[in-house]
Amino acid sequence: MIEIRDLSKRYGSVVAVDGLNFDVLPGRVTGFLGPNGAGKSTTMRMIMGLDRPSTGSARIDGKPYRRLRDPLRRVGALLEAGAAHGGRTAYHHLLWLAQSNRIGRRRVREVIELVGLDSVADKPVGEFSLGMSQRLGIAGALLGDPDALLFDEPVNGLDPEGIHWIRTLMRGLAAEGRSVFVSSHLMSEMALTADHLVVIGRGRLLADTGMAEFVQRDASSYTRIRTPEPERMRQVLDAAGIQVRTGADGALEARGPRQRTIGELAAVNGLIVDELSPQAASLEEAFMRLTAEAVEYHAGDLPEGGRR
Amino acid sequence: MTATVQQAVLTSEWTKARTLRSTTWPLLLTVVASVGLSVAFGLYLRGSFDRMPVADQRGFNTAEFAVGSVVYGQILLVAFGVLVVCSEYSGGTIRTSLAAVPRRGTFYSAKVLVGTALALVVSAVTVAGAYLAAHVALGSRSGPLLGPDESRILVGSTLYLTLICAFSIGVATMLRSAALSLGTLIPFFFVVSNILGHVPVVREIGQYLPDQAGHQIMVATPRPDSPLGPWTGLLVMAAWAVVALGGGYVLLTRRDA
Ligand SMILES: Nc1ncnc2c1ncn2[C@@H]1O[C@H](COP(=O)(O)OP(=O)(O)OP(=O)(O)O)[C@@H](O)[C@H]1O
Ligand SMILES: [Mg+2]
Repeated sequence: MIEIRDLSKRYGSVVAVDGLNFDVLPGRVTGFLGPNGAGKSTTMRMIMGLDRPSTGSARIDGKPYRRLRDPLRRVGALLEAGAAHGGRTAYHHLLWLAQSNRIGRRRVREVIELVGLDSVADKPVGEFSLGMSQRLGIAGALLGDPDALLFDEPVNGLDPEGIHWIRTLMRGLAAEGRSVFVSSHLMSEMALTADHLVVIGRGRLLADTGMAEFVQRDASSYTRIRTPEPERMRQVLDAAGIQVRTGADGALEARGPRQRTIGELAAVNGLIVDELSPQAASLEEAFMRLTAEAVEYHAGDLPEGGRR
Repeated sequence: MTATVQQAVLTSEWTKARTLRSTTWPLLLTVVASVGLSVAFGLYLRGSFDRMPVADQRGFNTAEFAVGSVVYGQILLVAFGVLVVCSEYSGGTIRTSLAAVPRRGTFYSAKVLVGTALALVVSAVTVAGAYLAAHVALGSRSGPLLGPDESRILVGSTLYLTLICAFSIGVATMLRSAALSLGTLIPFFFVVSNILGHVPVVREIGQYLPDQAGHQIMVATPRPDSPLGPWTGLLVMAAWAVVALGGGYVLLTRRDA
């Protein structure tokens, strides 16, 4: 189990991670979702003891990563494709990695087979495609047969077959009772893999919820409004405390199924309404709305702040 | 599989060093280039020895002469020291390394130990090889095989080369980039230090620069105007290496990977 407590990271004036609290529990795939620059990689680096938190802590089974003995036997990580020197062969890369944590040579051969790199094991890593580098990184993560696994954007650069393979692998690892923590900026990808979701935006926690609940609560609905006077409608809705944003085609979108309230407000204020309809958002849209609110909130546009 | 953590990390660093061409080649070339130069200079001198002034003939020392060729090989040991560290910063290897060995002192000490031990072995082979080659090339001109001056020069030069490499490992750990490290160290050893060591005004300080201080042990007659003798000079050189390695340690443990 991985416990994140009040975790923050500041790089100069940039707040990359801002007071995160959540757990990654065994036996399930926890998706770590956020748009580009949300702080996912930074959080993972802090879990691995690579970057020092500005405040707070990340612990693995109660211990900071740096205090683990033979850490690769406890936590495996794919932080960036391969993260290996281009001049070394895949076998030699995995060999030194294994030796550093007292893992035998037989296991090196095993993981090479497991990720399907047998035929290129003696080639320099510099000649690998992105997909092969990802597989090498995954081999490194599996080397110590660890109980916790971290994958930072593992499907990057993989072809559909590779994506299917890693999805099956992650589900299999979770089914064996391991804690699997995988980041992505694609909701659609997470929908197929994760049991649990941790969503962040601008370094802040936006949601920590079961996949099913997320689908029900956040993907539920919004209300679409078309009016000749969108600006005035916006003001009226703002004044009533209803969150509203402009959709892709210029129509207004208010959170939740509120056509009744909005209709009344329009009547009271003498606004013409061309369309007022409840909409069901896709998971992807729900995610985008959730994170977009965080972005707006931080930009200071919404004085009340985004909702959780 | 009952190795201690320390042994495991040493083994791992040894594997890293031997499986990369950018670290094995500089070591091989150090030996080949130094011995080759020693043979070439030796053969040249064999033909021209009798034309040298008598005083120079008297003061001639084969060990000093051979080590003169080895000095050119030190540039390759500098390259080795730099590359053994900076190969970590290529392709994000350092993150993999520090995830595998999160105690940075353990990681760093293993890297320094393996790098320095390799440099020591290669330096010893290089110095011995260059000396024997010079002996053979010079024929009857060369003096006794192992007088007291010869032993001091040979042992001292081996240590000098090893310390140059250790110093480079420290500097490279601070700078992280191979281009930046080589671009700092090579002009420093071959240009700046020579100027500082010989220009009258700054010479007082220049004598204490690593290679100038270390140089005293490599000659039959150490410069009398230097405040440093052969062994004190080597000690100053060692102090430089310790400071550079310490600087590398402090930065490595403080900064994010
Ligand atoms: N070493 C660093 N120095 C300075 N700023 C950094 C550093 N690492 C990350 N940042 C900043 O911190 C923020 C979070 O970055 P991070 O890489 O963690 O995001 P991410 O969620 O992984 O994004 P992506 O989906 O693009 O991978 C960004 O604004 C980034 O510019
Ligand atoms: Mg990232």
